[in-house]
Amino acid sequence: MTAFDFSILLTGRYHDMLLGGLLLSLQLLLITLALALPLALLIALMRLSESRLLQAIAWTYVEAIRNVPLLAHMLFWYFGAPELLPEEVRTWLYEHNFEAVAAIVALTLYAAAYMSEDLRSGIRAIPKVQLEAGRALGFGFLATMRLIILPQALRVTVPPLVSQTLNLWKDTSIATVIGTAELMYQAAKVETATFRSFEPFGFATLSYLSVSLLITGLGLWYQHRYPARST
Amino acid sequence: MTYLEMLDKYGLYFLVGLYPKGPLGGLALTLALASAGLLLALPLGLLLGLGRISPWGALRWPVTALVFVVRGTPLLMVIFWAYFFLPSLTGVRTDRFNTMLIALVVFDAAYLAEIVRAGIQALPKGQTEAARSLGLSYLQAMRLVVLPQALRHMLPSLVNQFVSTIKETSLGYIIGLAEVSFIATQINTLVFVLPTQIYLTLGLTYFILCFGLSRLAFWLERRLSVREFTAPLEVTA
Repeated sequence: MTAFDFSILLTGRYHDMLLGGLLLSLQLLLITLALALPLALLIALMRLSESRLLQAIAWTYVEAIRNVPLLAHMLFWYFGAPELLPEEVRTWLYEHNFEAVAAIVALTLYAAAYMSEDLRSGIRAIPKVQLEAGRALGFGFLATMRLIILPQALRVTVPPLVSQTLNLWKDTSIATVIGTAELMYQAAKVETATFRSFEPFGFATLSYLSVSLLITGLGLWYQHRYPARST
Repeated sequence: MTYLEMLDKYGLYFLVGLYPKGPLGGLALTLALASAGLLLALPLGLLLGLGRISPWGALRWPVTALVFVVRGTPLLMVIFWAYFFLPSLTGVRTDRFNTMLIALVVFDAAYLAEIVRAGIQALPKGQTEAARSLGLSYLQAMRLVVLPQALRHMLPSLVNQFVSTIKETSLGYIIGLAEVSFIATQINTLVFVLPTQIYLTLGLTYFILCFGLSRLAFWLERRLSVREFTAPLEVTA
C-alpha cells in the first residue's frame, strides 16, 4: 500500500467531489430535520389526543415505519412509489434530482416516527394535572399543549431529540443506495476512480465523526445549560 | 405478469435464495446474519460494557473512545472499511457474508456495550458494596452478584437490539450480499412491471418480523417489571 496522499483531499476534482458530498449530506440533515420535527409533533399530539381514531392512525404510522429498515423505505420511495404517478410526472421527477427528493421523503418519515415517540414520552413526563388544570381554566386541548405542556416538556425532550438527530445524521449515508450524491456515495466514487480507499474513506469517516461530535456536544451543552426541572 | 404469478415464480427465491441448489439467500440469509451477528456481538459487547465502567482508567478510556467512535460513524462506513480494508490488511479476500458479519459484530458490540453499562448502572450501588464487603474481588462481585441481575434487566433491550440488527442487515445490499432487500431488487429487475408491489411486499416482510419481535420485547418488559414489584412482598410475607 502506498503512503497516504493528502493532496487529493486538499485540491482538485476529488476534493470538490468529497466536499460537495459532505455539503449535500449536511443539507439532507437540515432539510429533513426541519420537515420531521413538525410532523413528529403532529404525530405525538395525535397519539395523546382524546380521539380514538387519531390515536389509532398515529400508532399505525409509528409502528409501520419503525419496523421496516430505512433502506427498504428508500427503495420504495425511489423505485416503487413513482410507478403510481402518471408517466409525464415520473419522467419530470427523474430529471429533477429525484434521488435527493426520495431520500428526503424517506428520511423525514423515518425520523419523524422516532422523534414522535420521544416527544410523546416527554409530554407524558409532565404531570396530568397540568393538562387538567389548563382545561379547567377553559383552554382547548391544543391551547393547553402550546401554552402549558410543551414549554415544560421541551427540557425533557431535547436530549433524546438530539440523539435522534445524531441517528438521522448517520442515516443520511443510506441515501447512497438510491444514488443520492452525498458523502458516502462520493467517497465510493473517488475510491473507484483513484483506486485509493484510505484517503476518501478516511475523509468521510472523519467528517461523520466530527459532525457527530458536534451534535453530541450541543446536546451536552443544552443539558448543562437547561437541566430538566423536577416537577 | 400479475402479482400472484410473481409470488408463485419468485416467492421461494425471496425466502431462501437459490438454496438448496445454490447458496442460501433471501429472508433466511437475513435471519441467519442477524442471529449470528447478535450472538457473536454479545460477548464482545459484554466485555466492552465492563471496560466502559471499569475502575481502571487505562482500560476505561480506550474502550470509551472506541465505543464513541463506532457510535458516531454510520454502519455503512464500517461496512466499507471491512469490505475494502480487511483484504488488504489480512491478504485474504473475505467473502461478502463474513465481511458483513464482521461489520455487524463490531457495530452491534458498541451498542450492546451501552446496554450492558446502563443495565449495570441501573442496579443499586449497595449490591456491589455488599459483595465487596463480603470479601469478593471486583471481578467476582461482577460475575456472581451484579451481572446475573443486570442481564435480566437487559433482556427487553436485547430483543430490541435484535430488531435493530435485522434492520441493519439490509445494508448488506450495498456490497451485493444476497439478503432479502437485495433479492427483492433482483426480482424487481427481472419482473420490471411491479415495482410498487414488490417493495411493499419487502416492507411488509420486515414489518411482520420486527413488529412481532418488538411485541415480544414489550411483553418481556411487562413480565419482568411485574416480578420485580412482587419480589419484595414475598420477602416480607
